[in-house]
Amino acid sequence: MGTRNFLWNSAKKFFTIGLIGLTVSDRYFSIVPVRGYSMSPTFNPQISSYTGSLTDDRVLVEKFCLEKYKFSCGDVVVFCSPSNHREMHIKRITALPGDWISTPHSYDAIVVPKGHCWVEGDNSVFSLDSRSFGPIPLGLVHGRVTHIVWPPQRVGKVDKRIPQEHLPF
Amino acid sequence: MSRLFQFVRQWKPIIKEGFSQSFLIAKFLCLLHVTNTHVCTPVLVYGPSMLPTLNLTGDVVLVEHLSQKFGKVGPRHVVVVRSPENPRKTVTKRIVAVEGESVTFLVEPALSDRSHTVVVPRGHVWIQGDNIYSSRDSRQFGPVPYGLILGKAFWRVWPPDGFGSL
Repeated sequence: MGTRNFLWNSAKKFFTIGLIGLTVSDRYFSIVPVRGYSMSPTFNPQISSYTGSLTDDRVLVEKFCLEKYKFSCGDVVVFCSPSNHREMHIKRITALPGDWISTPHSYDAIVVPKGHCWVEGDNSVFSLDSRSFGPIPLGLVHGRVTHIVWPPQRVGKVDKRIPQEHLPF
Repeated sequence: MSRLFQFVRQWKPIIKEGFSQSFLIAKFLCLLHVTNTHVCTPVLVYGPSMLPTLNLTGDVVLVEHLSQKFGKVGPRHVVVVRSPENPRKTVTKRIVAVEGESVTFLVEPALSDRSHTVVVPRGHVWIQGDNIYSSRDSRQFGPVPYGLILGKAFWRVWPPDGFGSL
């Protein structure tokens, strides 16, 4: 009888903690690991042969930007992949709606449509981004990265800057 | 000094009660948020684009999110999606085709018979309003990524004479 009570109380506690954690991570902040090297050297600067998840960077993602969907050029965002809704990617926004962007390897220039943005990884060689799948709707963005929280030697704010060769005209 | 201790001793149980009630309210709000975002929520939909299925002046429908999370949303389902043209707006349309299928549609149904055929790319869906004459949908803004789908509308709650499954 006492064990059942104890189990029931523990279950209630876990449920409450789960609810609160889910609400906070949906509406305010969450911490996500960064996999892959498409954002080197901003995240995961060392390409290590030991691809353990303990060495991945962990970043703080804020969800307050999802109220008005107001982003600026140079923000690093977390978004749902347009070709596979179960995957999430982290890239930098390099152009906003209405900006012109030059497509690589050709003389074409395209304008980013209304409600969309152009995302690119800082490490262009390794990055699968808007240069392959085109501009993404802003509705797919799930948060903005503000700080690195792991590893301790690189804790700090994530800069809002774009590499010079990616400037839209 | 002793007056301060007396004051604290008097108010301590009331403050504790206040904290515990606030915590209860916070827990309830978290439960409400999780249910509305991840399980089921009522949504008011209005506009002419889904006539005759949904009324012009507004219907309240129940939208469930679990099907979208498990990838079970498919053709002929009425879905609520975040608009690709304005992420702060949500639109309600019907899924006509999923990835890999090809869609043939009339470019301007009121003006001509010209039709166009498109293959829906991987990870996207093609949505159209039931009222093709008055609907802004995939025929204008193209196929929509599956990640923009918020949920499937499965039951109408208001008006009462329309109560029932969609």
